[in-house]
Amino acid sequence: MSESDDLIGELGRIGLRYGDAPPEVLPTRPDVVILRAGSVVVKAHAPGAAGEPLALRMRAARHPALRGILLEPVTEEVMEAHGRLVTVWPTGVPVDHDAPEAAPWEAGARLLARMHAVHPEALPPLPASGGPPRVGEVVARMKGGSAAERVVRRAFDCLPGLGSAPATGDVPRLLAHGDWHMGQMVRHGGEWILIDADDMGVGDPAWDLARPAAWFAAGLLDPQAWHRFLGAYRAEGGCAVPPDGDPWERLEVPAQALTVQLAAAAVATAARQERELDEVESVLIDTCQRIVKFRSACHSVATQ
Amino acid sequence: MQCPKCRGNMRTYERNGVHIDQCDGCRGIFLDYGELETLTRMESQWSQQHATPAPPPPPPPAHGAPGWGAPAPHYGGHYGHHRHRSWVGMLFST
Repeated sequence: MSESDDLIGELGRIGLRYGDAPPEVLPTRPDVVILRAGSVVVKAHAPGAAGEPLALRMRAARHPALRGILLEPVTEEVMEAHGRLVTVWPTGVPVDHDAPEAAPWEAGARLLARMHAVHPEALPPLPASGGPPRVGEVVARMKGGSAAERVVRRAFDCLPGLGSAPATGDVPRLLAHGDWHMGQMVRHGGEWILIDADDMGVGDPAWDLARPAAWFAAGLLDPQAWHRFLGAYRAEGGCAVPPDGDPWERLEVPAQALTVQLAAAAVATAARQERELDEVESVLIDTCQRIVKFRSACHSVATQ
Repeated sequence: MQCPKCRGNMRTYERNGVHIDQCDGCRGIFLDYGELETLTRMESQWSQQHATPAPPPPPPPAHGAPGWGAPAPHYGGHYGHHRHRSWVGMLFST
């Protein structure tokens, strides 16, 4: 029996304890294992995940202030199985991967706006939200020296507060999901709800809008979908951007950072699979190139 | 000249090149041949000059695109990326 079979066997036993059907493995990212046992799913977190921040996030996820916004775990307890942290959640129905054009942009935006409106002081103490530190980690995963990699590193270096450029302005200290994308919502009880508290914490909520903002800026996301998302976020009173006028003052750095992160991840994946970058991935590299030009232009104006 | 209606005295006025005969008694007005057309023409000229300007073109979206954004959008399926594997992967994953 392999180590992974042992882990799955142990997760299955946890699933039987909380669930109501024979456990089955669900497809997910390679570093996470998710088993479904009827009405519950059992999640083995990525190897090396820290226990203490996760315990804090599980406590916060159980708090009534987040009801209807973030899926409530079945138990606050963080278990361990074969060296992996394990949590148990209700089963939900994810967004259909086969119909990305039907993705619920407005529902996601409203949930984020409502999450951002919850005062961190109303919750048990939380660590910093994920997002900013991940950019550098993903950039560091690129091991080669191709032209594309050099562009991504140069773009990273000119990001204020992340690369070698100094930070600008104060960082808000608000509640943020920390890792939002279309895989972070499920339908549960007839309503869309956010899932995954792994990166939830205190920080700049603009980072939760950064992925769609980056996709829109790169020209990958249909502008209509972007404007629906941003409009719904504003209509719900979302505080990450001003209620009207230019949202890019707040979105620019997070969206550029996510562009760099997505481009770095694409380069690393293509290298691992020993293939050239595809069209979508190349669009991200082109966008990094424009970020370098844009930031250099801003810099030369500022020093005149 | 006598008013054709009340037989009162009609007085002649000239306003902007138009002759107007008005009765001192019933205040009725008599226009010479072509003067009604002249008035109509003047009225339409006045309206053109004072017409409310055509509504301006719709403003660009209140929240535009950033300066470092793509000059020409890649969406719209010129290579059908909406079902492209790496686009869908990116949409749904960390």
